[in-house]
Amino acid sequence: MMLDLSLLPDGGMPWITASGPHADIVLSSRVRLARNVAGFAFSPRARDGERLRVLQQVREAAAQSPVLSRSVLLRVDEMTANERRLLHERHLVSRELAELEATSARCGSAVLVSDEAALMINEEDHLRLQVFRSGFDINGAWERASALERELGEQLPLAYHQEFGFLTSCPTNVGTGLRASVLVHLPGLVLTQEIGKVLTGLQQMGLTYRGLYGEGSEVVGNFFQISNQTTLGRSEDELCDHLSRVVSHVISREAEARRVLSRDAGYIIEDKLWRAYGTLRYARSLGADEAMNLLSGVRLAVGMFLIGGLSVYTLNKLLVFSQLAHLSLAEGRALTEIEANLARARHVRGVLAAEAGEA
Amino acid sequence: MLCDQCNERDAVVHLTQIVEAEVTQLHLCEKCAAAKGIETTVAMPKHPLSDFLHAVQQQATPVIGDQTRCAYCQTSLRDFRATGRLGCAQCYTAFEGALRELLRRVHGAARHRGREYETPGASMGPVAEVDALRERLQQAVAAEEFEAAAILRDQIRTLE
Ligand SMILES: [Zn+2]
Ligand SMILES: [Zn+2]
Repeated sequence: MMLDLSLLPDGGMPWITASGPHADIVLSSRVRLARNVAGFAFSPRARDGERLRVLQQVREAAAQSPVLSRSVLLRVDEMTANERRLLHERHLVSRELAELEATSARCGSAVLVSDEAALMINEEDHLRLQVFRSGFDINGAWERASALERELGEQLPLAYHQEFGFLTSCPTNVGTGLRASVLVHLPGLVLTQEIGKVLTGLQQMGLTYRGLYGEGSEVVGNFFQISNQTTLGRSEDELCDHLSRVVSHVISREAEARRVLSRDAGYIIEDKLWRAYGTLRYARSLGADEAMNLLSGVRLAVGMFLIGGLSVYTLNKLLVFSQLAHLSLAEGRALTEIEANLARARHVRGVLAAEAGEA
Repeated sequence: MLCDQCNERDAVVHLTQIVEAEVTQLHLCEKCAAAKGIETTVAMPKHPLSDFLHAVQQQATPVIGDQTRCAYCQTSLRDFRATGRLGCAQCYTAFEGALRELLRRVHGAARHRGREYETPGASMGPVAEVDALRERLQQAVAAEEFEAAAILRDQIRTLE
């Protein structure tokens, strides 16, 4: 099977366009709802037959939904390791569903992708509905996720408990099953060393943070995913509003840090960020983390208007398309680390040269 | 990339510092970062699940014995304590007492206050449930798990 994501606008990444509010600081806003279909064991415990029946019921329910009926079903359990990694690099599939290290994913694992949502099937829960928006727009993401969930919930009997709410495989998600998260780029706070205080503050406010690729991923390139930690005892609106309030405070702290940097360390920062650009523009080999950190610097430079003629959209695309599975797909074969570093540098060079009008 | 400090372990913390107009990049392993007191800076918070498991295992006197099993999926409270995951929706009823206390610790609340839900066209649920139970029953019989098979048979009878 050849994975064809070209059928989807922006390849299933509506957030990548950098068209939303505060897109220089916020890459994307996401709302995820965890749901299970009544009458089946939760996916990790379910046997293959049950997992396939869950998949079948979800397909039938989605076909009845006006929005999801136009979506594409991708059978993760029939994909090669590189195809699964590719979906993971696009944030369409979690590490758990992709099973990156395994030769194949478990029977019945799938993802339904529409232009605004990705519905993971047979992950830790039967259903993980995710809606992404560009920039800072948690309420917009919640509104759409809620509408889609209602459509599905009318077709499928969901596991629900009068006292505990929507039931999930892990009790850390029970109740609303809602995880709202905002992917923010905070190089200003890292450079001014304010980040420690900000992150500690987040935890005191009942929020948590992770790296670019969610649970268990490292913080690279000053990208942080901030989300609510608890899901029970507060309404969806309260959870989203709380996150939005705290994140908008973080955004203004980041903007302030950038102002301080250009005021107090203007030429040092400018020099450093242009050097990052120079390396990306001319290097012949780029490691994955190295590229991420340099792109982070150039993203900051564009946000601070130090480097013109380069869009945040292009940088967002580079973040995704310079990753291993995307490079392998472009080259049409599996790459060793050295080959990937060469291919990465070539890809980044090409894009930046084109953007500078020298292609 | 190796740690700038000890040159032994892999660097996992990447810090950009400005000290008197000098911008430097520091790459540290977790240990050296912690020794420098910057672990809270970029190091990851503990996986919420591990905090949660800790809370599960800390639970003083279990309300019900660890051997208690969910009749539907056979998950025991002990399995749950080991993995932090429940096997099915019925587990929430089977371990209700223990869970209520746990949810209070983890979420600071044990009652759902979000959107309320009513199962659509009740016909679909039980049928699927009976099908699923039948499949489990066959598997239990094949595996000679007769005790489980007896429980499942009773459940199917109740639903029909
Ligand atoms: Zn070290
Ligand atoms: Zn169970």
